[in-house]
Amino acid sequence: MLHAKHRNGEDIVIRGARVLDPVEQIDAMLDVRIDGGTVAAVGERLDTNAHRVVDATGLVLAPAFVDPHVHLRTPGREDEETIGSGTAAAAAGGYCAILAMPNTDPVLDSAATLGTLVETAGREAEVAVGFLAAITRGQRGEKLTEMAELADAGAVAFSDDGVPVASAGMMRRALQYASITGRKLALHCEERSLSHDGHVHEGTVAAELGLHGYPSVAESVMVERDLALAGYEGQPVHLLHLSSAESVAALRRARDEGLAASAEVTPHHLVLTEEAVRSLDPNVKMNPPLRSAEDRTALLAALKDGAIECIATDHAPHALHEKDVPFEAAPFGVTGLETAFAVLHTHLVRPGALPLSTLVERMSAGAARVYGLDRPRVAVGAAANLVLLDLDREWTVDARSFRSRSRNSWLLGERLTGAVAMTIARGAVAFEA
Amino acid sequence: MTSIRLVRDDLRPPGPPPRRHLLSIADLTRDDVQRLLDTARTFDSALDREVKKLPTLKGRLVVNLFYESSTRTSSSFELAAKRLSADTLTLKSAGSSVDKGESLKDTAQTLGAYDPDVIVIRHPQIGAPELVARVTDAHVVNAGDGKHQHPTQALLDLYTLRQELGELEGLHVAVVGDVLHSRVARSLLQAFELVGIRCTLVAPPALLPRGLRAEMTTDIEAIRDADVVYVLRMQEERMEAGANYVPSLREYAARWGITPDRLRPGQKVMHPGPMNRGVEIDPRVADSVDALVETQVRAGLVIRMAVLYDVLTGGPVGVRGLAAAEVA
Repeated sequence: MLHAKHRNGEDIVIRGARVLDPVEQIDAMLDVRIDGGTVAAVGERLDTNAHRVVDATGLVLAPAFVDPHVHLRTPGREDEETIGSGTAAAAAGGYCAILAMPNTDPVLDSAATLGTLVETAGREAEVAVGFLAAITRGQRGEKLTEMAELADAGAVAFSDDGVPVASAGMMRRALQYASITGRKLALHCEERSLSHDGHVHEGTVAAELGLHGYPSVAESVMVERDLALAGYEGQPVHLLHLSSAESVAALRRARDEGLAASAEVTPHHLVLTEEAVRSLDPNVKMNPPLRSAEDRTALLAALKDGAIECIATDHAPHALHEKDVPFEAAPFGVTGLETAFAVLHTHLVRPGALPLSTLVERMSAGAARVYGLDRPRVAVGAAANLVLLDLDREWTVDARSFRSRSRNSWLLGERLTGAVAMTIARGAVAFEA
Repeated sequence: MTSIRLVRDDLRPPGPPPRRHLLSIADLTRDDVQRLLDTARTFDSALDREVKKLPTLKGRLVVNLFYESSTRTSSSFELAAKRLSADTLTLKSAGSSVDKGESLKDTAQTLGAYDPDVIVIRHPQIGAPELVARVTDAHVVNAGDGKHQHPTQALLDLYTLRQELGELEGLHVAVVGDVLHSRVARSLLQAFELVGIRCTLVAPPALLPRGLRAEMTTDIEAIRDADVVYVLRMQEERMEAGANYVPSLREYAARWGITPDRLRPGQKVMHPGPMNRGVEIDPRVADSVDALVETQVRAGLVIRMAVLYDVLTGGPVGVRGLAAAEVA
């Protein structure tokens, strides 16, 4: 289901790293030997043979990251991102695999469109990329896509991300039909009659600034609806980019009742609150919007205890001229692939709010588990999908260093601690600082 | 205005002093407000003379960039600049390259090429003044951005209140009407807090912004306790069709309209204009001696003179300053 350009597996020995794989329960100073792109040995003082030796003293070696939610803007807006540039950005962020959303132009709603993307990925993709196909044709909410054919052609899952499925009846049909494909529905939960025209969270900041509010209940009422339907049909669902405490509570209730419901959260919802909007910087405008401090706390708690299983960047590139407008006129979305680990390490791990091992698990194994992908791991016999992290390196986010074609990051000029030193994807070095 | 918001000035080479903008009342301190009201007062007395023009800003260029219709604000900014001898250039979106789809950034940079000292901007979208401050070197004055801020309106209202009622601290003002869509209400709320005026917001439930830290009620009887009733315009142009904020303007007028029998004798009434007579304000109230609407308009001129003076010179205009300017 994942596609990348072909690279020969490399022979590498990584020496002296702190190897951290929470799922394999490894946290020790070890060497790792990669033979022809496959992890061949994990141990102390390994022979180097004729391999390239990477001195990783002082660095952490972990399973590379998997981002379940990226917008590659291809086809249609290749000026904002391409499969090549987006996967290069992913490699720089420590990712070995990413999943692309189907809200492109045209929408990925046919096997033919999917086929061309798979072909392009085979030529351009620096790391593995998988594609979600739309739930409804053109994401118009009127007619189901040919899900069986799309699944056969390699669709990882189905989503109308960006445009919620408005009709409950349509959502029920989608749940029923998707069951034959063995693929999940990934749901953007938003009740448009409550959120429409909303630019930011409906709360104190919106009230003071005069921005039309997008209330938490616009998300949670749809989360409740979709969980009820999924429960009724006995189908699994994945909830995209949760933002509110009410949604988290609904997710917890459904999981306690035994429903196969998973969810993701973005770095910006984990780090920022609605207060950031006071700057009126178009780069803090996203959908769902930044919410209150209480919402942020609930999201972090759910990420920590596993109710929210994975971190998704919702990397959403926009052309400079489209973001360089008054806040109210700016489109939703920010980039995130190249800063996700660093910003979460800086603002959650270093202050002690989240253990490093949990962050690694949620950025890597979590998303793989949700979508049934191979889990990146430090284990003999596994393909080498690894990231080397320099936890002490301080750096300043600079748009000029982005591999992404867009620069609508909310972190421009910010000082971060922790950086990706090397990414190995499918047995070959995909990024090296 | 000492701690005026600096927008990306750190990216510019060192040299000229930081630019002073007036983007939001939130940027001002109590001292700033005091100074601006005092400066306006000085200009007010000058306007009583036979020749009303002052040479204070001779040679300066003030650009008025209006993307929304306006009578009071655009005319008073233009007149304020002229009374201070500045050159003015007024651009309205209709009939300019904006009609051809030019972006605000490009229009601002085009006008910026003439090296204006001040750009006064009115725009329907929140954040437009911040954008202009980011992409030009001019001092930027917000003349109203969407539902966000209208700082000179709040200042002129404070000026009016001080002229009519004296001491501001301890006054109680009831602000009635479409608070949700009102940049005037948001600016007033912050300005009132700065100077110690108690404010009660009165509106139908859906027009009271959720989460706003303020005294709020749906009960129109609450206006009885106030020294002044400040009436807001029902902004139909900002209400999306079918939103049902109120069932009808007729019902709004019956429940929340300011009529003579809802007011105490002598209770003062203000309105930022333009008025919807018969909707939020009864014509008998609008035309009564207790309505301060015309006082507000005159205050608008002197306050805008004071703001232009203040952003450009960075200080109060004292009696001596004015005398020197007259000699020049």
